[in-house]
Amino acid sequence: MNLSAREIAEISRLLEDSSFDELELEIEGGLKIYLRRGGARPSPLPASAQPVAAANAAAASTANAAVPVEAVSIADPALIAVRAPLLGTFYRAPRPGEPPFIEVGKSVEPDTTVGIIEVMKLMNTVRAGARGVVRQICARDGNLVEYGETLLTIEAREPA
Amino acid sequence: MNIRRILIANRGEIALRIARTCSRLGIETVLAVSEADRGSMPTRHVTRVVCIGPSHPSGSYLRPELLVQAALSTGCDAVHPGYGFLSERAAFARLCEKHRLIFIGPTSDQLATAGDKLAARVTAVEAGVPVAPGAEVQSRQSAQEFAARVGVPLLVKAAGGGGGRGMKLIERADQLDAALELAAAEAGAAFGDTRLYLERFVSRARHVEVQILGDGCGNVVHLGERDCSVQRRYQKIIEETPAPGLPSELRMQLHHAAMRFAARLKYRGAGTVEFLVDVTRGEFFFLEMNARIQVEHAVTEAVCGLDIVEAQIAIASGEGLRLPRGEAWREGCAIECRINAEDPERDFAPSPGIVKSVRWPTCDSLRIDTHIEAGSAVPPFYDSLLGKIIAHGRDRAQALARLRAAVTMTRIEGVATNLGLQAEILSDPEFVSGGVDTGYFARLLARRPVYAGAVVHG
Repeated sequence: MNLSAREIAEISRLLEDSSFDELELEIEGGLKIYLRRGGARPSPLPASAQPVAAANAAAASTANAAVPVEAVSIADPALIAVRAPLLGTFYRAPRPGEPPFIEVGKSVEPDTTVGIIEVMKLMNTVRAGARGVVRQICARDGNLVEYGETLLTIEAREPA
Repeated sequence: MNIRRILIANRGEIALRIARTCSRLGIETVLAVSEADRGSMPTRHVTRVVCIGPSHPSGSYLRPELLVQAALSTGCDAVHPGYGFLSERAAFARLCEKHRLIFIGPTSDQLATAGDKLAARVTAVEAGVPVAPGAEVQSRQSAQEFAARVGVPLLVKAAGGGGGRGMKLIERADQLDAALELAAAEAGAAFGDTRLYLERFVSRARHVEVQILGDGCGNVVHLGERDCSVQRRYQKIIEETPAPGLPSELRMQLHHAAMRFAARLKYRGAGTVEFLVDVTRGEFFFLEMNARIQVEHAVTEAVCGLDIVEAQIAIASGEGLRLPRGEAWREGCAIECRINAEDPERDFAPSPGIVKSVRWPTCDSLRIDTHIEAGSAVPPFYDSLLGKIIAHGRDRAQALARLRAAVTMTRIEGVATNLGLQAEILSDPEFVSGGVDTGYFARLLARRPVYAGAVVHG
């Protein structure tokens, strides 16, 4: 079963108008959709984000594609975005089944590993790059992340 | 078509041109962009855009693993490499092959052969295609013996080279040693390959190339030739088809030589076999094969009425040539001007910036391939091509008149361009009479009044 770009836009509008922050939808045939509200109103897309309809038209026809439709707006100046240093598959844990490197609420140092980006079987470690507390994890485990995409946000904290 | 989604591993006008054909064929496209190209015009003409890396091509468009990863992660079944960047990199084609992505182009082995000038020369000889008298440089002594036998002028070329790099002209025998040393150093630094060879220098020659399509099984058709003799430092500026004033016997010999070369490789896809042609002597020599689509393919499309990108995709899908063996039907004459963001009054300095406004002429017999519009960025990281104007006519005079009018009517504000210089060439009596040699452009510049600094752009 495939969803059209219009149907996906419709679903994301339902989420937007609801009181929920996340929506996970699984449809028989292996199609999986994951939507998360990024800010209060995800209207102005950051430069790095895709026009939703165009991006989804391509992804929607791929079996098992999880489609993150989110606009991470980092209006709070205390929040630091950790961005993908290169394009690849993002992993939150060192190996499948193992606990993730970090969770929301965890304190990190600049050299704390926060994830892995795989490019053609080569694993690239992503570090926090700042001291603080993880506020948001934006990238989905096992999904494609683009260069410059926000993986997570950190609330900066001065050294004690 | 068994190809359903293509990753476009390129940027600029060729990315947009590939996307257009794909959407007409109902094929989805994923455009891999660098950070600088996130907002570029081609991004609005594809199904999906993925940002693969930073603006500098060494971190994005030149990274095979990023492009293959992007293709696999977005569910593409094929990759179109365009021209430049990774289009002729055998390692890139091999990586695609390894991951069962269809590389829309020749096989990695064919790329390796075409890209190695010595191997390509050997193939030409085997295919009965004339090559300029030449020899690999085994030692200083072997080079001196060759020079004594053939005489000057000679050209030192790098086996792994291309686009004029690692190339040195030897006009006197006593320049040989120094030129070999310099060329080896340059070639080593640029291509990691210090192998050199010497070739007789054909001084007053024209650059004529033949567009071919091969099915990968030894069947080859040609789509006629293009004359690209208007060049600045081996960079083509104006291209046209057919080559003006070429005796029909010589023209046919060129077509057949190109087909023999491609057939010898069992070449797959679109390619161009380049020759140096000495019309007065009725001689021609193999130069190299470009194993990809070329910037100037549009003039061939104008006279053949076929879409070469579509033909590339059909061949890659295993549908073969779709054309009768031999020769494609051609009608009229087509000429192309490359419009570059460069300043002829400042020694062709690249002119990056933001395009303020663009006005291209519209007319039935004109084709404009471009990726710029008002507000477009011309980043400093890539080549300076802004677009191509292609005019078609029933004969050369008509095509030339249409192109001249089109170039004069084109307005691009915000960045310096070569529009003015192109208009000069199109009105220059020597070019108008047709059949100039590759030294023409340098001669034109030499007799041009210099008014550096007097022109204000933007």
